[in-house]
Amino acid sequence: MARIITYQQAIGEALAQEMERDKTVVLMGEDVAGGAGAPGEDDAWGGVLGVTKGLHGKFGDRVMDTPITESAFVGAAVGAATSGLRPVVELMFIDFMGVCFDQIFNQAAKFRYMFGGNAETPVVIRTMYGAGFRAAAQHSQCLYPLFTHIPGLKVVTPSTPYDAKGLLIQSIRDNDPVVFCEHKALYTLEGDVPEEAYTIPFGEANVTREGDDVTIVTLGRMLQVAHEAADALAKDGINCEVVDLRTTSPMDTDTIIESVENTGRLVVLDESHPRCSIATDVSAIVAQEAFGALKAPIQMVTAPHTPVPFAENLEELYIPDAANVQDAVRKVMGKD
Amino acid sequence: MSESIRAICMPKWGLSMKEGTVAGWLMDEGDEISSGDEVMDVDTEKISSAVEVSESGILRRQIASEGDTLSVGDLLGVLADADTSDADIDAFVAEFQANYVPPADDEEDGGAATETVDVDGRTIRYLLRGEGGVPIILVHGFGGDLNNWLFNHEALAANRAVYALDLPGHGASSKDVGEGGVAALAAVVSGFMATLNIDKAHLVGHSLGGAISLCVALDNTDKVASLTLIGSAGLGAEINGDYLQGFIAAERRKDLKPHVEMLFSDPALVTRQLINDLLAFKRIDGVQAALETIMAAFAPGGNQALVMRDRVGDIAAPVLAIWGSGDRIVPASHGEGLPANVRTEIMAGQGHMVQMEAASDVNRLIDELIG
Repeated sequence: MARIITYQQAIGEALAQEMERDKTVVLMGEDVAGGAGAPGEDDAWGGVLGVTKGLHGKFGDRVMDTPITESAFVGAAVGAATSGLRPVVELMFIDFMGVCFDQIFNQAAKFRYMFGGNAETPVVIRTMYGAGFRAAAQHSQCLYPLFTHIPGLKVVTPSTPYDAKGLLIQSIRDNDPVVFCEHKALYTLEGDVPEEAYTIPFGEANVTREGDDVTIVTLGRMLQVAHEAADALAKDGINCEVVDLRTTSPMDTDTIIESVENTGRLVVLDESHPRCSIATDVSAIVAQEAFGALKAPIQMVTAPHTPVPFAENLEELYIPDAANVQDAVRKVMGKD
Repeated sequence: MSESIRAICMPKWGLSMKEGTVAGWLMDEGDEISSGDEVMDVDTEKISSAVEVSESGILRRQIASEGDTLSVGDLLGVLADADTSDADIDAFVAEFQANYVPPADDEEDGGAATETVDVDGRTIRYLLRGEGGVPIILVHGFGGDLNNWLFNHEALAANRAVYALDLPGHGASSKDVGEGGVAALAAVVSGFMATLNIDKAHLVGHSLGGAISLCVALDNTDKVASLTLIGSAGLGAEINGDYLQGFIAAERRKDLKPHVEMLFSDPALVTRQLINDLLAFKRIDGVQAALETIMAAFAPGGNQALVMRDRVGDIAAPVLAIWGSGDRIVPASHGEGLPANVRTEIMAGQGHMVQMEAASDVNRLIDELIG
């Protein structure tokens, strides 16, 4: 039965239910048990923001704290995945992926291909992303476009508690490496989540609002910004359709194109940088596949091409907001 | 203030409905309204339907306008007698609006929250509305849940207790369906009655739920006060096996939608939210296996395994069969030529979900049967 829980609780519940169901599911990462030296009892912290709290008490050694050496423990998880386990490895901030790119890009992503389909790497890399926490340039980026670029990786960006649970269970059961990206600002978001385990297939975008004037394609935390803008625009008689991608690889291009063919206008809203991003990718696909349907040039609403600023006033300016989206929508409507 | 003034309020269709948007009035100010009349079309996130009034009078005031989005319980219009003064109506409206508090987001539905009960080791979810009298039990069909009765449940509960349950494998009940056939599911409904100490009930079943209700009535003649079968299985071998298979096999929106549209006479009722809700149900662990088990026992090879047509005449209680003439799942011909103890009503142009699409007519027929 569905009840209201947070995004953070939904992730913890998905992990607990899959560990219960499948003994090969193990957790690894910095402080996921309780922190180095912590007793690992139920009241231990459970990850930097408490997502894995309580799991060590329930599953013991299947929840492993690791040293602060991302390349080593992500590599260990990838290796374990090729030899019978289903590790869920937590890489605290997506910004730290840089130190273990070889394990992810050249090893995990390539095994199935290079061994002629005879190897599987069912590893999930959970990681936090996103700005808004005064965490500065090295702890605030939205780097999912980098992973989306690599064939062999699946990339998931849940925007709601319901999606977080269903997509994480799907990720754990998937036989390929999955990068599971959690926006820090969403952890406290509440929503209806069934108590039972369930899955959401990859490559299925969610139309979260129907409208005939403009399609807004977005993902992750920006879904809320899109809805805020759409609510305001509706008062002016502009009806936006909002498409939440849910996964950037695979990506549900059919739903995007179907929507743009109906509305004739596209705004892509993405918190990542503007170059070689989800915004450019979606724009290119629509320009190639649905150019004839477009009534106006595509607009991209993204962060600027700069590092994430630490200064509060600059960081607020950096993150796309509903006013930016409204401006872009008015522009494609010819009402700017 | 005249006591003849009555408010027409935004109804609550289903547990999750918070607000509705006025799609248009079906009656003008000054029109005479009888109990059961539909006065307004309303769209919600999940479904569109008509607002039905339960009282009579003259529609003296249209308060809500087309396009307005109003919370559950908010004022749509005012019914009153012809001799009630405009000043009294103005005062009534002012007082209503001054006192109206929209339901809080997290508020449960005034005591009508779902409950669960353990029936022979299975958790069965149900929703109880109303109280007293010989209760009604509403039994949904294959792939459905207790929300299939959202336009019937409250209307039928005006004078009696009405239970709507989730069958095993459905809604929020246990996903263990046992052997999965009509008789096995009927045993669960009988067990539900026994566990809740319901000695006698009016059974109302839709589709597979009709066959289950019929099976319960045949096995427990003394416990069934009346039987209403809506687009019911169990009265002939034929059933749309392609629909059942397609519903089970569909994993994505675009695969599921054409199948769900076959249920309705008006495909516009199949909203995105309705499909999303069905997909969310199908994606819960254990549901797929439950549906496949039921299908294998209920309609192996696309034909119904259990046909009880010859035994309907054995039921002492009154029996009502309701069908949409355009039912694409179970043919309306199954409602014809039944024994004399069965009253059959075939509704022109309606489909399989006739209890949703022609709710007021179905509710009226059930009320007439039950008395």
